[in-house]
Amino acid sequence: MIKKIYFNRFYKLFNIISFILIILSIFLLLFKGLNFGVDFKGGTLIELRTTDNSIKISNIRDSLNQINLGDVSVKKFGTDSDYLIKFEKKNFNDPNFISKIKKKLSTSLGNGFEFRRVENVGPKVSSELLKSGIIAIGLSLVAMLIYIWIRFEWQFSLGAIVALFHDVLITLGIFSLLSLEINLSIVAAVLTIVGYSMNDTVVIFDRVRENLKKYSDIKIFELTNISINETLSRTIITSATTLLALFSIFFFGGEILKGFSFAMILGVFFGTYSSIYIANPILVFLRVSQKTILKEDKD
Amino acid sequence: MLYFSKIRIFLITIFTLIFVLIFLSNFIKSDNLIFSKKINLGLDLQGGSYLLLEIDTAPVITQKLQNSISEFKKFFKEKKINLKNFKINEDNTLFFEVNQDKVNQVKEILEDKEDNFINQYYPTYKSHKFVFSIEKNLFKLNFSKHGLVEIKNSLQDQALETIRRRVDEIGTNEPNIIKRGSDRIVVELPGLDDPSRIKNLLGKTANLTFRFIIKGSEETFGSEKLEFEDGSEEAIVSKRIIMSGDNLLDAQPSMDTQNNETVVTFNLDRVGAKRFGKATSTGIGKRLAIVLDGKVISAPVIRDAIVSGSGQISGDFTFQSATDLALLLRSGALPAPLNIIEERTVGPDLGQDSINAGVIALAIGFVLVICFMIFKYRIFGLIANITLILNLFLLVGILTLFQATLTLPGIAGIILTVGMAVDANVLIFERIKEEIKDEKNQLVAFDSGYEKSKTAVIDANITTLLAAIILFFMGSGPVKGFSVTLGVGIFTTLFSVYFIARLLTSIYVIKNKNKEKLI
Repeated sequence: MIKKIYFNRFYKLFNIISFILIILSIFLLLFKGLNFGVDFKGGTLIELRTTDNSIKISNIRDSLNQINLGDVSVKKFGTDSDYLIKFEKKNFNDPNFISKIKKKLSTSLGNGFEFRRVENVGPKVSSELLKSGIIAIGLSLVAMLIYIWIRFEWQFSLGAIVALFHDVLITLGIFSLLSLEINLSIVAAVLTIVGYSMNDTVVIFDRVRENLKKYSDIKIFELTNISINETLSRTIITSATTLLALFSIFFFGGEILKGFSFAMILGVFFGTYSSIYIANPILVFLRVSQKTILKEDKD
Repeated sequence: MLYFSKIRIFLITIFTLIFVLIFLSNFIKSDNLIFSKKINLGLDLQGGSYLLLEIDTAPVITQKLQNSISEFKKFFKEKKINLKNFKINEDNTLFFEVNQDKVNQVKEILEDKEDNFINQYYPTYKSHKFVFSIEKNLFKLNFSKHGLVEIKNSLQDQALETIRRRVDEIGTNEPNIIKRGSDRIVVELPGLDDPSRIKNLLGKTANLTFRFIIKGSEETFGSEKLEFEDGSEEAIVSKRIIMSGDNLLDAQPSMDTQNNETVVTFNLDRVGAKRFGKATSTGIGKRLAIVLDGKVISAPVIRDAIVSGSGQISGDFTFQSATDLALLLRSGALPAPLNIIEERTVGPDLGQDSINAGVIALAIGFVLVICFMIFKYRIFGLIANITLILNLFLLVGILTLFQATLTLPGIAGIILTVGMAVDANVLIFERIKEEIKDEKNQLVAFDSGYEKSKTAVIDANITTLLAAIILFFMGSGPVKGFSVTLGVGIFTTLFSVYFIARLLTSIYVIKNKNKEKLI
């Protein structure tokens, strides 16, 4: 026999915790905002590697501050010899902007550096990218809502979509809290989270529906708990293998994929949690019963 | 669900083998037909430059509107209708007036759908070139949406040609130049780690004209004040063009041996040579301004008539700048200025580092997942793992077959697929375990395990597929690569789980059906 865990005893407690987390995330998003990268804010990003150990971050900063090029930030990037330089969007109309920076740096630092990556995004393109990113996330939520509606009943669809909002909001809230950069790959991560979280919810819902047909005398409160328990080992194993893959991207996949894999790790964690503690309590709250799905069969 | 016919086993094996071969072709350096296909690496992995150019169409549209004024005047004059008070305002609206009694006649001509020369009708778009409104006797005309599209499309085609010629002249390796939208062009330059020269070349319209300098210091109706390229002086230059860059047959950088100066020599076509000869013979003693994109490069004094159809441009050139100018002149002028609105450049060693990191992450993720599955399911873990490896071959094989572009996020997509692909097998195995509790016959339990888990597996995969499809259409560049691997990964996963894993399971289960505890 499977050991039974009484998940349903903690529905209320975790709902309150989730509610608080969502409110906090909304507050963070509204008042602290997200740290948009050049993809969405426009501007110039340069990844610089020094081959000369005597070059310090302050040298780079001083050198760039001497030429009046607007707001510039210099940060270490992964290893000790790599730096990220970011400029605000002001200088976009100058096609020689990058060459100027290179010249300036080589006069003050010598030739012990190279540009590994340059990204230069104009204001028009960045606002378009932001718009299409938002549309993509919105569209994916709508697509999931409709898909679940078709496959299940509206109560299930609502439960799943609330769980998705929960996951996306909290993931973005954490990115806001930690001031982590939002770029194109984070949008990809958020969409994948939407897919993954849905995946997890659907598996439990599928079992709930099956059990609703099987047992007419068990209340939904108890029934969700049975279903969660029956699918629990699958939930754990899949989360575990996905997290194994994600952690290996996070630790070994290079600096560029760090943000992406971190977002995904958060997403898998909250996606798994929300399938149990958001999606299912909503079924209970909406008083789903055998009638709900039998009505579906009649249609 | 456990029964496989011989023909099916054969097909599954062949199919899998083909993709394993295609997968392997990525690692075989050979040009024969079977192994010729290789996966494309994105610019973020092989290094290179991506430039997004936007054509500045506004001045051309104003110019076209300006040109249409004389067309209108001429056209209606022949019809004995007098149009007057032409005006163009800032938002490119053209105004004119006619006598009240002719308003309807003009309206009918403009609305004509057949053989309308003055306001062309595009049957495919069901739209005229201009849309207009009338207030009493005042006409207001704008380019219609499709009229603008026509203009933009032709601009885009011309610009693309010129860009291609310029990029080809520099000789970068396999450039990719494609249109995007109605007024943008993407230039991808693999292997190029410093695009500053290309950016400079593409940033110039290269509109070359030869015009006389007029004595005096004030602009008049037929002249304009232009600066010299080096900013040293200003000159009043006639608006009348003697000849332009269109008349050039060839241009080359060379050394003027007399004063040891780098110059650009050019050859003119017949029309150009004739005009140049005439102008230089009548204009001895005058200064001839050579104007490039609104700036005077140099303005030599004409000493002799030049009838040979060739000449040279001097102007403080270095060898590099003379080479570039010659290149620009050879490749012709752009129809409109271009703005570089997005640029992404990745150096070749960062690309290689990304590949290495991606491969290491993939290997480690793979090994971790494999160990976990063996530990959790023993023999069935082994089956899941064989499936997983074949799944990876299938995935990379399909990407190779369609020569999809693999990007860094794309590699992340493959690793993620590895993590998520076992889900389907786990769903099935867990279900079988449950079925075995109620069902004494293990074969039946396996069968119903597969059957009953089917909806959950399909639903769970479709949700991820939906996300991947949306990302494919909304995402750009590297992110698109991610959506492709994620999406293709779902199909290969379903195939490998329902055909390969199920086949292996059925072989094992049927052989060991009398064993006490199978899973």
